[in-house]
Amino acid sequence: MDERRLREVALTPDEYRVIVEQLKRAPNEVELGMLGVLWSEHCSYKSSKALLRRLPSTGPAVLQGPGENAGAVSIGEGWAVVFKIESHNHPSAIEPYQGAATGVGGIIRDVIAMGARPIALLDSLRFGPLPESGRHFEGVVAGIGGYGNCMGIPTVGGEIYFEDCYANNPLVNAMCVGLVRTDQLMRARAEGVGNSILLVGADTGRDGIHGASFASVELDENSSERRPAVQVGNPFLEKCLLEACMDLSHTDAVVAIQDLGAAGLTSAVAECAGRVDGAGARIDVGRVPRRERGMTPYDVMLSESQERMLVVVQRGREREVESIFHAWDLTSAVIGEVTDDGQLTVFDSRDQVARLPVRLLTDGAPMRRLVGVAPEPPLDLVVDALPPLADAGATLLRLLASPNLSSRRGVFRRYDHMVGDATVVPPGGDAAMLRVKGTRLGLAMTADCNARYCHLDPHLGAQLAVAEAARNIIATGARPIAVTDCLNLANPDRPEVYWELEETVAGLSYACRAMELPIVSGNVSLYNDSNGESAIYPTPVVGMVGVIDDYAKRVGAGFRADGDFVLLIGSSHNDLGGSEYLKVEHGYVAGRPPSLDLAREQAVNRVVLAAAQSGYLHSAHDCAEGGMLVALAECSLLGSVGVRCPAIRPESPLRLDAAFFGESPSRYVVSVPSRAMPEMQSLARRHHVELSLLGLTGGDTLEFEGQFKLSLGELRQAWEAMLS
Amino acid sequence: MKFGVVVFPGTWSDRDCGWVVDQVLGAELTYLWHRDTDLKGCDCVILPGGFAYGDYLRTGAIARFAPVMEQIGEFADRGGLVWGICNGFQVLCEAGLLPGALIRNASLEFRCEWTNLLVERTDLPFTSQCAERDVIRVPIAHGEGSYFADPATLSRLEQRGQVVFRYCGSDGRVVPGANPNGSLHNIAGIVNARGNVLGMMPHPERCSEAELGGTDGLKLFRSVADNALKVLVS
Repeated sequence: MDERRLREVALTPDEYRVIVEQLKRAPNEVELGMLGVLWSEHCSYKSSKALLRRLPSTGPAVLQGPGENAGAVSIGEGWAVVFKIESHNHPSAIEPYQGAATGVGGIIRDVIAMGARPIALLDSLRFGPLPESGRHFEGVVAGIGGYGNCMGIPTVGGEIYFEDCYANNPLVNAMCVGLVRTDQLMRARAEGVGNSILLVGADTGRDGIHGASFASVELDENSSERRPAVQVGNPFLEKCLLEACMDLSHTDAVVAIQDLGAAGLTSAVAECAGRVDGAGARIDVGRVPRRERGMTPYDVMLSESQERMLVVVQRGREREVESIFHAWDLTSAVIGEVTDDGQLTVFDSRDQVARLPVRLLTDGAPMRRLVGVAPEPPLDLVVDALPPLADAGATLLRLLASPNLSSRRGVFRRYDHMVGDATVVPPGGDAAMLRVKGTRLGLAMTADCNARYCHLDPHLGAQLAVAEAARNIIATGARPIAVTDCLNLANPDRPEVYWELEETVAGLSYACRAMELPIVSGNVSLYNDSNGESAIYPTPVVGMVGVIDDYAKRVGAGFRADGDFVLLIGSSHNDLGGSEYLKVEHGYVAGRPPSLDLAREQAVNRVVLAAAQSGYLHSAHDCAEGGMLVALAECSLLGSVGVRCPAIRPESPLRLDAAFFGESPSRYVVSVPSRAMPEMQSLARRHHVELSLLGLTGGDTLEFEGQFKLSLGELRQAWEAMLS
Repeated sequence: MKFGVVVFPGTWSDRDCGWVVDQVLGAELTYLWHRDTDLKGCDCVILPGGFAYGDYLRTGAIARFAPVMEQIGEFADRGGLVWGICNGFQVLCEAGLLPGALIRNASLEFRCEWTNLLVERTDLPFTSQCAERDVIRVPIAHGEGSYFADPATLSRLEQRGQVVFRYCGSDGRVVPGANPNGSLHNIAGIVNARGNVLGMMPHPERCSEAELGGTDGLKLFRSVADNALKVLVS
C-alpha cells in the first residue's frame, strides 16, 4: 500500500496490516477512508483508552456513563441532567469563528441525542497573549456567541486564560447541559433488525472531510490548507433540528437518536450499531440528500457537514417521524436499515461500495502502547528568596488588571446568558445556576482548570482542577454531583507528554474518587502542538454540575449588605508556586502547585454547604488565582459593597505576600450577618476548620488599615479595563 | 384575556413569554405558528425574540412574509394589541406596522445586559401599571437593536409622543452613557400612533420574577391583562 495514501487517511503501515489481516483482503478506497477516520486518535482514543478506564464513572445517581452521546445523572423529582464537554481545538486554530461555532453546535447535538433539551452552554478557552492572539480570541468569542445566541441556549459560564503556550494552539472546549425526564432518556442503540435509519437535518456536502484525522495530527505550516476540513455552522438549521427532536417525544416510534459529528455518517452508523451486540447496518449513500453534485460514496461517508442527526425508527412508522421533521422544514431521508450481521454495508444504489465489520470500525484500532517518561522537574521556587511585598494595594491593582484575573464581563455580555428564564445565578461569580422550572431544584455548573499547576505537576494539577470546580459549585450552595472532562494535551508520542497524560488521568481519578464524583462523559484532544514544538500545558478541563434542593437558598459571590462579617474559611500557607502573583509581579512560572489535602478540602466544603443550607451566608466566593485578596476584591466589586479590615500581620512562617496573594486551596471568603457568627464558629469547630475574621463590609473602599485603601472605582477600573 | 405568542422557525423567546403569561400572570395562552392563518381569538399577540428564519438576510426581513403576519396586520388595523419584543420589534418595523428600523449595535457586538428604561407613556394598554416617568430595569439581548429613523420620522415620533421607553441611568436621566446600542434619542421602544402596536428591544419576559433579578417586566404584562378588555376591537 502506498504510504502517501496511508498518510492521507492517517493510518500507519502497521494499522494497515491489521486491517488486511482482519478482513483477509485489502480494503477498497471507501473502506480505507472509513477506517482512517474511525481509527484516528480523535475517534478511537487509541493512545488514551487504556488510561481512561481508570477513571471512576459509576455512582448511585448515574443513569448513563461514558460511551453514549453524553452522560446523564438523576437529580430527583423525575429529572435527569445530561451533559458533556468536547474540544474543537484544531479547527479553531485555523478558522476561529467557524471552529468555535461548530464546536458549540456539535456539543448541543450530543445532548439532544439523549432526548434532553439543552438548557445551558459553557466554554473553556485558552489563547496566547493579547494583542498577538487577538484573531483567535475575537473569532472564537464571536463564533460562540454567533451560534449559541441564535440557538436560544444561554451561555452561562466557562473560563478564559491567556498563556504563551497556547499562541499556536488555542483551546476551545464547549460544554452543554440539558434536562430530560428520566423516563424519556434516549440511548443511541441501533436495536431491532429491519428498523429504518433516517438521516435528518442538513444536506450533506463536501465540508469537513477528514476533520477527525486532521484533529489527530500536529498543526504545521501547511495547516491552513486544511481549512476545507473545518465545517461551517448553520445555527438556524440546528435550532429547527433541536425543536423537531424535542417534538419526537410525542411519538414512541423512535428507537435511537445519534449525532453526526467527527467522522460523519461513518461514525454515527458504526457507533449506533456498535452499542448493540451483533447489530449491523445497511445503508445506501444514493439516498443521502446532498448539497452538491458529483459527490462520491467516499465523500458522503466521510463528510462532516454539520446539523445532521441519525434517527432509528420502528419499521413502518417512518412517515410519523418524517412528518415531525417536515413540520420544521427539515429534510429527512430513510437511508438504510438495521441488520443483525454485525457488518456495516454501504451501497451506492445497487452497487456495494463497502462492507466492514462494525467491531473492526469501532474497536479494531490497535491500542498504542506508549511510554511515559517524567521530564526534568520545573524550575524550583525558593520562596525565601522572593523580596518582601512592597505595596499590597499596588500589587492588587496590577493583578486585577492582569489578563487572567481581569473581569470577563466584556466577554459574557456578548453571550445571551438569560434566555430560557432559568438563570438564577448569572455568570461572573463562581458557578452559574439555573433553576429547573416547575420544581425548586437548582443546577449549578462550572468548567475549571489551572493549567499552570498542571504544567508544574500534572497529577496535583488535575486534583486541584477537580477541587476548584467543586468549590465553585459549593460556593453557590449546591452540592457537586458529577463531572465531565476534556483532556487537552500535546503529542503523546513524546514520552514526556504521555507521562503528563498518565499523571493527569491518575490525578483526576484520585480526586474524583476521594470526592465521590463520577466522570460521566468526556473527550480527549491530543496533538495540541505545532511543528513539533510549542507544546501546550496539559489542560484537563473539569466540567462539573451540582444540585441545590431549593434554589431560594442559593448564594452569590458578591457582598450583599453593609455591616456583615467577612470571614476566611480554611487555612493559608506559603503557596506561591505557580501563582498569578509570581507571574505578574515577578515574571515567572515556577515551583510546586499548592499542596492539596482532600480530607481537609471536604471538611471545608461541608462547613460552607451547611452554612448555606442554614441560610447563614450572605455571600460565598472561592479563593483561587490571585489568592484571598483578589477574591475579597471580587466580592466587593460584584456586590458594589466595600470592606474594611484590620491590618494583616501573619504569624511566621506565613509571609505577608502569601497571606494576601498565595493560592492555598480549600478556602472561601464568605460574608455573614453578625447574628450568624456563633453558629459559624461552632460549625467550623465541629469540622476542625480554621475560620478567621477578615473585616466588616460597608462603604465604597477596600481597606486594610495602615496597609492600603483603594476605592471600588479604582479597583473596578483596573479590573474591567482589559476585556471591556 | 388571551395572549397569542407567535412562533417562527428560529424564535426562542416564545417559551419565555409563554411561561410568564401562563405561569406567572396566569392568563390564557396559545401559540401561533408562522403558517397559521387565524389568530385563534387572541386579545394580544406577542411577537417574541429570536432569529426568525435565521435572520441571515436582515432581521425580520423574511418573517414579515410569513402567513401569520397578514392576519396580524389586519388585527392591528382593527385595533388589536400587538406587542413586538426584540426580534418581534424588528419584524414589526419590517412589516411597516411601526416606523424606523433596527440596525447593528454601535459596538458591532451582541449585548446581553441589564438596562434602565424611562417610561414616557403610561396611558397605553401596555404600560398603565407603570408610574409616571417610572424607571424600570429590563435586560436586553441583541446584536441589532440600534433604533434608526430618518429625521422627519423621528421628529414626528417625538411630537406625537410615540416614544414609550428610553434608555436612561438609574436616576432616570437620559444620557449617552446609558445607551447600550447607539439608538437615536436613546429609543428603546415605540408605539404606533393609535397606541395598539408596541415594539421594544428589551425583554420584559426575562424580568417578571424576583429570582431572575427583577420584576419590572411583569408591570407590562399586568398592564396588558388589565387593559386589553377596555380596548375596543372594532
